[in-house]
Amino acid sequence: MSNEARKLSAEHTTSKPPKFGKRLAWPALALAAGAAWWLAYTNLERFANWLVYSALGMTAGTRLSSAISFFIYEAPKVLMLLILVVFGVGIVRSFFTPERTRRLLAGRRQTLGNVLASLLGVVTPFCSCSAVPLFIGFVTTGVPLGVTFSFLIAAPMINEVALVLLFGLFGWKVAALYLGTGLVIAMVAGWVIGRLRVERWVEGWVYKSAPMAPQGEDERMRWTERLRLGRDAVKDIVGRVWPYVLAGIAIGAGIHGYVPEQLMASIMGKGAWWSVPLAVVIGIPMYSNAAGIIPIVQALLEKGAALGTVLAFMMSVIGLSLPEVVILRKVLKLPLIATFVGVVGAGILVVGYLFNIVL
Amino acid sequence: MKIEVLGTGCPKCMSMEQNVKKAIAELAVDADVEKVTDIQQIIQRGVMSTPALVIDGKVVLQGKNPTVDQLKHLISGT
Repeated sequence: MSNEARKLSAEHTTSKPPKFGKRLAWPALALAAGAAWWLAYTNLERFANWLVYSALGMTAGTRLSSAISFFIYEAPKVLMLLILVVFGVGIVRSFFTPERTRRLLAGRRQTLGNVLASLLGVVTPFCSCSAVPLFIGFVTTGVPLGVTFSFLIAAPMINEVALVLLFGLFGWKVAALYLGTGLVIAMVAGWVIGRLRVERWVEGWVYKSAPMAPQGEDERMRWTERLRLGRDAVKDIVGRVWPYVLAGIAIGAGIHGYVPEQLMASIMGKGAWWSVPLAVVIGIPMYSNAAGIIPIVQALLEKGAALGTVLAFMMSVIGLSLPEVVILRKVLKLPLIATFVGVVGAGILVVGYLFNIVL
Repeated sequence: MKIEVLGTGCPKCMSMEQNVKKAIAELAVDADVEKVTDIQQIIQRGVMSTPALVIDGKVVLQGKNPTVDQLKHLISGT
């Protein structure tokens, strides 16, 4: 923050000290909201069963009642999880800025840098419109190219909305798999790209840009501000995404109640070795927000598609997107873009096969 | 006073521009608001995450989407 702004926030603090009552308001609110959330969440299944079988009087075991009880249980459950996680991630992200990440990564050796960059990619707030300034900022201040790529791969690919949805619909193991393999792919792909010495394929003007003067940061953010950021994140993300989530769960409910198992087994099941590369290739040009892709994931899995293939498809859609490539074209020459897509695609491929074999 | 809003055109950058205009109107100050979308220019000012706010040549905020009230504080303090 500039000196003016720093002085300003100091003035603001000293000239108008928040009243004691007001300072309590935010944490008290947060606590009350948390308690209400917990109460509602732990009673959801009971409520859903009561509503469907007692209040509405449906018979257990029929397709319609299974579908409806699935929806009534899963929809609020997933939405509540979403709110909680987006809020939490919003707060975690308030502790990180791209500037801080850059300082942490500048001059790091490969390998350690790749690991760090991937982890930071998950927690640093990142808007894809700042991909280019961020890329230039990183590479002109001593962050190795491969490390920068680890960051750029991890940030969009590991998406907290997808994480929550996977957890809510498929359990923690699938969610953990997604997180873990996403990180590994970011680390390894970034490392590989670094080793390939592709600096010559970065647009020349990037390296000629003057390294930025580091912007001094006033790191001290008040907790009320952090809570506000969390709340804003919920309003923004959940506000945009909830129709897709509900649509996805509705589709899942329908499949759950009505579709016979194993329909997709012949096409995307473990036996079809070509299903993984096909899934990755189909996914590359596709672009969808994380919430939109999950219903498709769910439908495929319920019909018998193998987990590895489906994960590969999902990562390929979220992690490699045409809009992102178009944006990066401003700073990367075509061979490097191809390399980037190729290496990440290969990583996703390996993960897909691995899971089909292991699970 | 010269105010520049740096952004490449995503919704956050556009909403910041609108909020800045609102803040100026509410403060009734005399200021020029300019939207900068050219990447090269954004880089040259040392900005790494958009949207960013530059007042009289100094980067006062980047990467966040402030409220109109916060913008008023930033602008009136200068």
